Amino acid sequence: MMRYLLSTILVVFLPASVLAADAVDIMRKSQAVFLYPGGDFRARVSMKLVSKGGGERVRELSMIRKNDGEPGGNQKYFLYFFKPSDVRDMAFMVYKYPAKDDDRWLFVPSLNLVQRIVASDRRSSFVGSDFTYEDISGRDIEADEHKLVKEEACDGRGCSVIESVPKGGAEYSKKVSWIDQASFLPVKEEYYDVQGGLSRTFTADEISDVQGHPTVTKRTMKNVKSGHRTEVVFSDVKYDVGVADDLFSERHLRSPPKELIQ
Amino acid sequence: MKAVCLATFLLATALLNSGAAFGADVSLHGFAQGQFTPRVTGKTPPNAEGGDFILGEERLRLNLDASNESGSARMNAKADFFHDAIANTANVDLREAYGEYNSKYVDFRAGRQVITWGVGDLLFINDVFPKDWFSFFAGRPLEYLKIGSDAIKIGLYPKIFSAELIVTPLFRADNLPTSNRFFVFDPFPQVPAAGQQTQLPAKSLKNMEVALRIQREIAGFDAALYFSRGFWLTPSPMPDNVAAPTSVTYAYPRLYTFGASIQGSGLGGVFSAEAGYFDSPGDRSGTNMSIPNPQMRSLAGYKRPLWKEATLGLQYYSEYMFRHLSYKGSLPAGFPVRDRFYQLATLRFTQLLAHDTLKLSLFGFFSPSEIDYMIIPEIQYHFTDELWAALGANVFGGRNGDTFFGQYSKNDNVYLVLRYEF
Repeated sequence: MMRYLLSTILVVFLPASVLAADAVDIMRKSQAVFLYPGGDFRARVSMKLVSKGGGERVRELSMIRKNDGEPGGNQKYFLYFFKPSDVRDMAFMVYKYPAKDDDRWLFVPSLNLVQRIVASDRRSSFVGSDFTYEDISGRDIEADEHKLVKEEACDGRGCSVIESVPKGGAEYSKKVSWIDQASFLPVKEEYYDVQGGLSRTFTADEISDVQGHPTVTKRTMKNVKSGHRTEVVFSDVKYDVGVADDLFSERHLRSPPKELIQ
Repeated sequence: MKAVCLATFLLATALLNSGAAFGADVSLHGFAQGQFTPRVTGKTPPNAEGGDFILGEERLRLNLDASNESGSARMNAKADFFHDAIANTANVDLREAYGEYNSKYVDFRAGRQVITWGVGDLLFINDVFPKDWFSFFAGRPLEYLKIGSDAIKIGLYPKIFSAELIVTPLFRADNLPTSNRFFVFDPFPQVPAAGQQTQLPAKSLKNMEVALRIQREIAGFDAALYFSRGFWLTPSPMPDNVAAPTSVTYAYPRLYTFGASIQGSGLGGVFSAEAGYFDSPGDRSGTNMSIPNPQMRSLAGYKRPLWKEATLGLQYYSEYMFRHLSYKGSLPAGFPVRDRFYQLATLRFTQLLAHDTLKLSLFGFFSPSEIDYMIIPEIQYHFTDELWAALGANVFGGRNGDTFFGQYSKNDNVYLVLRYEF
């Protein structure tokens, strides 16, 4: 009885900051399993851009990621495009730093030109899709205030529902995430615009186990206002490939190692 | 010509079919493209073969690529089979054709290849490789600004830096606007066409061009050093007699360049800077009016996002002539004088819309020293992943008719390009 009383007192008088700490902890774990699993990672990515009227466009690329240290730290990304035709053989490289602007390079094959491209607008659309650059490579956990709102069942799993409100400027005024309590992967996300209306929804449509890492292999981002959506499928997913650091260089932007981009 | 086309098609098909059998990856891609570029000033150059039309053409690009299983050996060939609807001629333009070998620390590539160096946006200092200004001013897609070099490229990649050495045995010059399609400034109008000839550097071993670039990262910046020994890419008019010329030879004087560039992120954008000393051994004293005298060329640029899907790029470029007094003294009376300190500013604005299917862009060159400009507004729309169209304009102007952009002021044109890629 005494014990029950104590825990009730604890919950009632628990400062909000402790709940927030729980939420931050969940978001950190979620970021680690969603964006940082393995030392490195490779996948063939197929993006289908579907307009409200059903018109479809397709982007196909190879994506390689390498972590530089612990989850939440720096990362390097290498993307090589197969489709559509006007971007075939184009390669894109990102050095991602959580707390400052990325370094980004683009290789334009028709001009045999490697150029640095501007990076500070993380809210820009990634290759015309409904995903922003930030959705692809993640957002600094510290950039938002996180709050654990409730716990509920979602898609047959136990989920923690977390509300994240940006401290500074962002694409959204609020993001609500349903985080699977077992795997810590985001199962669903809702983005609200500055007027408070629902603007985009993310769903993890298929989660597969790859080398012991639960991996979202199918996902959809839908723009609720325009009706446009982007469906992404990861195939040939492999972790701990042993990607060498020198892949992320101007030389390999121009001519990437064949075994990595297939 | 027909035989060449047919042979290429048959070869490509045969390679595609047999690629798998040899354990090689073979791919064939390309596009079909139609383009029309009318001049819209209502004026026609005296020898214009196309009247109001600068361009009217259809192109079929075939891009054949093959590599072995490991990727250590590769070949690529890109050819345009095109019909010039103004001259009513058909031809083949071999854009690139090379073989290459890749290993851990060394690679090399031999054959016709496009090479782009430097950090400028449409401004080139240490990029001493040929360009096609005719295509650029006629509104052909940007890739046509670069011409392939017939060269050997050796890449060295030790851990601490990377180096590219380009050896070009056979010189290729810039392709400049011609008087049968454009109004161009002629410094010697009294010399008849029959008295004007072009003289390329002799095809000799001592005329082989060499260019070297060494790159590495320094404190988050991409830094590079450049050197080249070759020829000026644009010709110098050499009259037989400066006061009363009867013939003019357009020749390409020797040129050595020494340069450096740096590029990095900062202040929410990307900074670039590049400089090059152009040593002109044919006229170090500046007393020969026909040969450019030594110059210092430099540029600084900054680009940053403005708002969602919009970017702005600004650049400032200059050329400083070291022997301006002697140069001025060598000119005949009434001859246009180039500035000691030539300056040029550029602006690029790009806005992507409708999931990147619609691209609005604006590029402007403005020279505060020569008081001239060129403005290129363009709309590009992707109907599907395969089919796009671009509608744009090249607008020229200036205080005088003999400056770099000012001489084209009667050539304002509109271009329409439609391309299907496969």
